Amino acid sequence: MNLKDYQGIWVIAEQMAGCLNSVSFELLGKAQELKKQLQTPEPVTAVLVGKDVEELAPELGAYGAEEIIVVDHPGLELYQNQTYAEVLADLIKEKKPSILLMGATGIGQDLAPILGVKVNTGVAAHCVDLRINQDNNLVAVVPAFGGKVLGDILCPKHRPQMATLKPGVLGKPERNNQAHYTITKYDPAESLKKDAGRVKALGIYRQEVKGVPLEEAEIVVAGGWGMGSKENWQLLEELASLLGGAVGCTRPPVDEKWVEGEHQMIGTSGKTVRPKVYIGAAISGATHHVCGMKDSGLVISINKDPKAPIFEVSDIRIVGDAKTILSKLIEEIKKIRGNVN
Amino acid sequence: MSFNIAVCIKPVPDPSHYDKITIHPVNKTITREGIPTIINPVDKNAIEAALQVKEKWGGKVTVITMAPPSAEENLREALAMGADEAVLLTDRAFAGADTWATSYTLAQGLKKIGHFDLIFTGTESADGATSQVPAQLAQWLKIAHLWNVQQFKITNKEELQAQMKIENGYIEYALKLPALLAVSRECNKPRYTTIMGVMKAKKKPLITYTADDLDLNKDFIGLKGSPTQPGDIYTPELGRKGQELTGEVEEIVAQLIQKLRAAGLNLESWNACAVGRE
Repeated sequence: MNLKDYQGIWVIAEQMAGCLNSVSFELLGKAQELKKQLQTPEPVTAVLVGKDVEELAPELGAYGAEEIIVVDHPGLELYQNQTYAEVLADLIKEKKPSILLMGATGIGQDLAPILGVKVNTGVAAHCVDLRINQDNNLVAVVPAFGGKVLGDILCPKHRPQMATLKPGVLGKPERNNQAHYTITKYDPAESLKKDAGRVKALGIYRQEVKGVPLEEAEIVVAGGWGMGSKENWQLLEELASLLGGAVGCTRPPVDEKWVEGEHQMIGTSGKTVRPKVYIGAAISGATHHVCGMKDSGLVISINKDPKAPIFEVSDIRIVGDAKTILSKLIEEIKKIRGNVN
Repeated sequence: MSFNIAVCIKPVPDPSHYDKITIHPVNKTITREGIPTIINPVDKNAIEAALQVKEKWGGKVTVITMAPPSAEENLREALAMGADEAVLLTDRAFAGADTWATSYTLAQGLKKIGHFDLIFTGTESADGATSQVPAQLAQWLKIAHLWNVQQFKITNKEELQAQMKIENGYIEYALKLPALLAVSRECNKPRYTTIMGVMKAKKKPLITYTADDLDLNKDFIGLKGSPTQPGDIYTPELGRKGQELTGEVEEIVAQLIQKLRAAGLNLESWNACAVGRE
């Protein structure tokens, strides 16, 4: 492998049913930063795979893609790991990018490692940051042990240098409506013939999300095991609703079914949030959870235990019973709104 | 109809103790003293899935790991849950492997044992949490796989249907066997071991293979064979200089409301979320 043959920073854009995943924009923002750090700047390219997806290309251009490779085919309508991998592996082998970024999403975390074996390269998983070092190589910052430790991962002798990035960690770049970009079409027909058809998608099923999605909320009201019951949990729902925010949680409320599902969980195996205000109620602050909320703006924590680790990462500490404090807070906000009921 | 089933597990430091993990200031290595090594929690869901398939359709469950010799204890626990046989791949030459080299070694280990109709793993390990080994293992074995499986149903000896979790939903697939499924916590509730199970486990076969026992390309194993290489490790700086609100509940809440207002929340409006737009 001659490393010099590999040039350019690629972002594999993720779309589903004609809707781009916002992690693709975050990746483009980071790709533009990496471009500036390289000894000689290399182009930023987005790869868009699916059926009837070309109309999404300008959106990728507006967020930093200089070239968009559109791979449009009826056989690519639904994500099938083997099918997508055949197409992308051929594209990578032909065009030889030096860096390849994907979202650490349900699909990205499945697809990236397959490509790693198919094109014989390393993949740094669910990174929280990326940079270029003095050797002009990619350095991926990867959390381990629930975020307690961060490690640098390099891929010095193989190309492309692949990394998946956790959604919500980097933030979305500015949109530029005047951006210049080119669109290149790529015909995947030959690659599709290699797919043995061992994995066949039958359909997508989506859960309706009530209110503001957690990852987009500017105010997050999160609760933990210490809330004690589904009844007490309603206080979090009520406060979030009053503030126009979203409810998040740690693992136990998911297991106890106080929340609808895992999509409300914050942390290493859940979502990463960075709201302007985070209110944590009866959360002890295990590293798994802290890793998913540490970049929030104002962090307010309420816990009975003055030694709870969450207090070490909080701006405002309240040692007390979450139920009592939240009930009173809800009452006061209602009073302010002239609605005592 | 019966299935030959393999389950890949990983011994990990108990995740409930990760707060105690530190980095040695001089050696720059991870110190995990006093933290017990357990079966990676979601790997128990993989064992459970395999046992349920065996109970319904018949067959044999082999549990396998690539780990230091101490993993024998974890394999015995898997046998106590009900697995029939255990295989330990252990060699100093395997040390430091990334997911690429780990999945290659596991693939060669599985090939050595025999042919499998079904392979189960957990979605991710609690320590490294890359979640990459299942997909890569299936790739080396050239078989179908699905990651993050919340539910599955075996249709017949040739096919199964499974649901892969994605953000706010799932995608349903049909897979041709042989297939690998990386299962999530929702998939089932792992059984506990019983005294009887522990007794039986002592008599079940536990085979150890070293690098020389397997048909391996030595350039593909351990740290040397890994495309990714570790650099520095460090502890993230998370601390914030917190201010404690004290007093009676009324006083605390009054101060809290002030703080929320100072952060830009418009509490008078139902659209309090107009943060920073004042």
